[in-house]
Amino acid sequence: MGCTAERVAEALRAVARVVAEHREELVRLDREIGDGDHGENLNRGFTALVSKLDGDVPGTPGAVLKSAATTLISVVGGAAGPLYGTAFLRAATSVGDAAELDAGAVAGALRAALEGVVARGKAAVGDKTMVDALTPAVAAASSVAATGGDVAGVLAAAAEAAEQGAESTVPLVARKGRASYLGERSAGHLDPGARSTALLLRTLAGSAR
Amino acid sequence: MKKIINDPATVVADALRGMELAHADLLDVQYDPAVVVRVDAPVPRKVAVVSGGGSGHEPLHAGFVGRGMLDAACPGAVFTSPTPDQVLAAVQRTNGGAGALLIVKNYTGDVLNFETAAELAAAEGIEVRSVVVDDDVAVKDSLHTAGRRGVGGTVLLEKIVGAAAERGVDLDGCEALARKVAGQVRSMGLALAPCTVPHAGEPSFTLADDEMELGIGIHGEPGRQRVPVRPADSLVPALLDPILGDLPFGAGDRVLLFTNGMGGTPLLELYLAHGIAERLLAERGITVRRRLVGPYITSLEMQGMSLTLLKLDDELVELWDAPVRTAALRWGL
Ligand SMILES: Nc1ncnc2c1ncn2[C@@H]1O[C@H](COP(=O)(O)OP(=O)(O)OP(=O)(O)O)[C@@H](O)[C@H]1O
Ligand SMILES: [Mg+2]
Repeated sequence: MGCTAERVAEALRAVARVVAEHREELVRLDREIGDGDHGENLNRGFTALVSKLDGDVPGTPGAVLKSAATTLISVVGGAAGPLYGTAFLRAATSVGDAAELDAGAVAGALRAALEGVVARGKAAVGDKTMVDALTPAVAAASSVAATGGDVAGVLAAAAEAAEQGAESTVPLVARKGRASYLGERSAGHLDPGARSTALLLRTLAGSAR
Repeated sequence: MKKIINDPATVVADALRGMELAHADLLDVQYDPAVVVRVDAPVPRKVAVVSGGGSGHEPLHAGFVGRGMLDAACPGAVFTSPTPDQVLAAVQRTNGGAGALLIVKNYTGDVLNFETAAELAAAEGIEVRSVVVDDDVAVKDSLHTAGRRGVGGTVLLEKIVGAAAERGVDLDGCEALARKVAGQVRSMGLALAPCTVPHAGEPSFTLADDEMELGIGIHGEPGRQRVPVRPADSLVPALLDPILGDLPFGAGDRVLLFTNGMGGTPLLELYLAHGIAERLLAERGITVRRRLVGPYITSLEMQGMSLTLLKLDDELVELWDAPVRTAALRWGL
């Protein structure tokens, strides 16, 4: 069974709920090595997205993802706005106007999202950013899709890998984003953007079950 | 947290409403997306000088909107860069046909959002250039990191480039001038007490009574080093020496010395620190030709200060002295 526009919209509403629940945690993580706005920024963006989806759910998964992209770009600000916005935009482009997404399309969308984040932010694995969560997630998703897994399986693997990837940022010294200003003092803290990426993928995986 | 606010979610818009009333002769405020523009915008055939950034640094940037400085400012949420929509709206409202120069402080969020806006404006046929300010010597510069932060130098750059644009200098000229200023300005700051972002509700870091943070930015982030507090006579060199060594500044140089307050430090202390900095510069044979003292680029109620040094030549002195009429800087008009 594939993933329709309505299911993608439902999944994004679930993400909005999870972001709201974790708003304070993300703010706290960002306060430790950044400027304490990450949870607030994402919450503002996903709240706006839910209002937009309440008005109208576009007809295809790609159109829903595109609507998410433009909302996040125009409401979030900060580093996370353009980065998550670009991720959703590239994912939307990668799925085209398909009416339903299969496992391969979902894995492809995740890969496109990662490529978008890297193109905008120029971060590599090990720089202590969301790229550290998204990169292993994409690899895990692709390998599950390649071996015949379904959408739920692809997203579950991506979520698992993203959570480990996020944890791996703890000992790192940040080389990108605000945390890099702290130099060595950024080590010993979980990167807020990597954490939010893991939360987002875990929520998508939950909605796909 | 004790603040004179109603709701953390609406502080920026609520403050803009007051600002609009306080300075109706200078600026117009548009709310969705939030943009502050000079009353007479667009000025025909003048390069539009546009800046913006997170709120919480007042008077930067909206306090510098007006004749001889900025055409528009885009206030983001507190300590969060503005969105591309805001920047695009600012460019559209102020473009007088000579294009727009975007002044961007070097933070990942600001750079990415302004970059997206510049692409959108270019797609509408508006010529846009961007200059990134990265004057904070506390951050080690490297090709592999986000690079240095943009701090106090931004104020000086906005004044000088704003003056040039007002005189009719074209987009190429304004861009070249902005790069020149960005290339010869350096800053460093310290904090004695942290600040509290309204939606966070708690201070961004905690300091014991006898500690301070050296090398802080303007977003309540901790600095590079936590050190014991000490008397002003040894505190001021801790900011000045890294600045002087970085450009470097040396004997015979003429400079503008900007002693900035972070929001919670009284002028009494700023003047005291400024006096020490002037003495130290004189001892090194550096001539202070212009000065600015006060809280111009702040970090909410943070207690602390920063020093900024700009190397001057006759062109820059003249542009600094040129008339300006904004909420926070006003002379000659
Ligand atoms: N160059 C980059 N590439 C990928 N991710 C990045 C980059 N820079 C920052 N990030 C991610 O963004 C997260 C911070 O997002 P946040 O919304 O707090 O923006 P911000 O840096 O505070 O922006 P602003 O400076 O405008 O307030 C970091 O935890 C990191 O994962
Ligand atoms: Mg942040």
